[in-house]
Amino acid sequence: MNDRYSRQELFAPIGKEGQRRLGERHVLIIGAGALGTGNAEILVRAGVGKVTIVDRDYVDWSNLQRQQLYTEEDAIQRMPKAAVAAERLKKINSSIEIEAKIMDVTPVEIESLTEGIDLMIDASDNFDIRMIMNDISQKKQIPWIYGAVLGSYGISYAIIPGKTPCLSCLLETIPIGGATCDTVGVIAPAVQMVVTLQTAEALKWLTGNEEAMSGRLTSFDLWKNEYASIRVDKLKKEDCPSCGVRAQYPFLSASNLSRTAVLCGRDTVQIRPPKPQSLDLDALGESLSSLGLKVERNPYLLAFQPDHRRLVAFRDGRVLVHGTKDTAEARSLYHRYFG
Amino acid sequence: MKLSINGNTVEVPDNIRTVSELLQHFKLEQKVAVVERNREILEKKDHPTTEVRDGDVFEIVHFVGGG
Repeated sequence: MNDRYSRQELFAPIGKEGQRRLGERHVLIIGAGALGTGNAEILVRAGVGKVTIVDRDYVDWSNLQRQQLYTEEDAIQRMPKAAVAAERLKKINSSIEIEAKIMDVTPVEIESLTEGIDLMIDASDNFDIRMIMNDISQKKQIPWIYGAVLGSYGISYAIIPGKTPCLSCLLETIPIGGATCDTVGVIAPAVQMVVTLQTAEALKWLTGNEEAMSGRLTSFDLWKNEYASIRVDKLKKEDCPSCGVRAQYPFLSASNLSRTAVLCGRDTVQIRPPKPQSLDLDALGESLSSLGLKVERNPYLLAFQPDHRRLVAFRDGRVLVHGTKDTAEARSLYHRYFG
Repeated sequence: MKLSINGNTVEVPDNIRTVSELLQHFKLEQKVAVVERNREILEKKDHPTTEVRDGDVFEIVHFVGGG
């Protein structure tokens, strides 16, 4: 037994008992981008018993400015974020369990992902997935911590089923369009500030210090030097479809499932296979090469470039079509190469 | 008139009469925003009818999606 956690145990509100509790908890982090890598590193160093990190994307050069677990080599190799993050996290703390999931999260996947989970951290970049997290949180009574960042602005709120309002209560309508896509850029300090707000609340919850939680919707703008914090308890709605007395969890219904998604601010369309499958990347690579296409590979994915577009296929059958936001064009390219 | 918004004192035009108009002034009308006026949280449906007066203290939090 080394003194890895000694400074955290000396912090009285946590102590040895809080540390022991932390070691028995399982946290699910959805997203392995800027917020995901920041949250994961803090929680793994803190000694959460098990951390599962999920992401559907791979490392790109534009990530390196703020996504703290990745290196240039990962961008060159186009390594899947979840896999690389887990590998780095295991080097940081080998005494806990770390699990990587390279996948898209839909109402189908969220059911199994949340088995035995004590807390979910929102490190996603869109409200489609957040509404799914919000509904599963209410259905299974698992708290989750919303966090988001844009430019120099950030926001966070911890949602505890049965106690606080849920995200549906606060939003009433889902924010769409420009407000959610990161077309205005983002600076790393704003990311780190949201990570700080999220992980502080996470540590309170996981170590049995619920009474210390802020209960506030908090935002800041590091460029305008503003800080706001609002107690939102009164916004909890009796007739909320996600957390009200007759909750129906609308975002968990499969009818909301779309096979194509335009990725936020990325000029990229993601296409999922009609049903879950395992893609044989070796065989696919050979058949594409025989068509005269240049194929790039790593153990997790395969990339090629037909018609000035880049297609990236993952083992789980998902394909990213880069260079377009047009779902019809993306589908047509998908069908040409994947049937 | 002078308002306190998110901890800073801000001068806004006197023709702003309601919370909705205040959100428009800050180009937040297209976004989902939670507003607290003089420590009292407002329902979204009350934004068009809640008056803004000189010296009011506001906390305004708007939702974003990036991560």
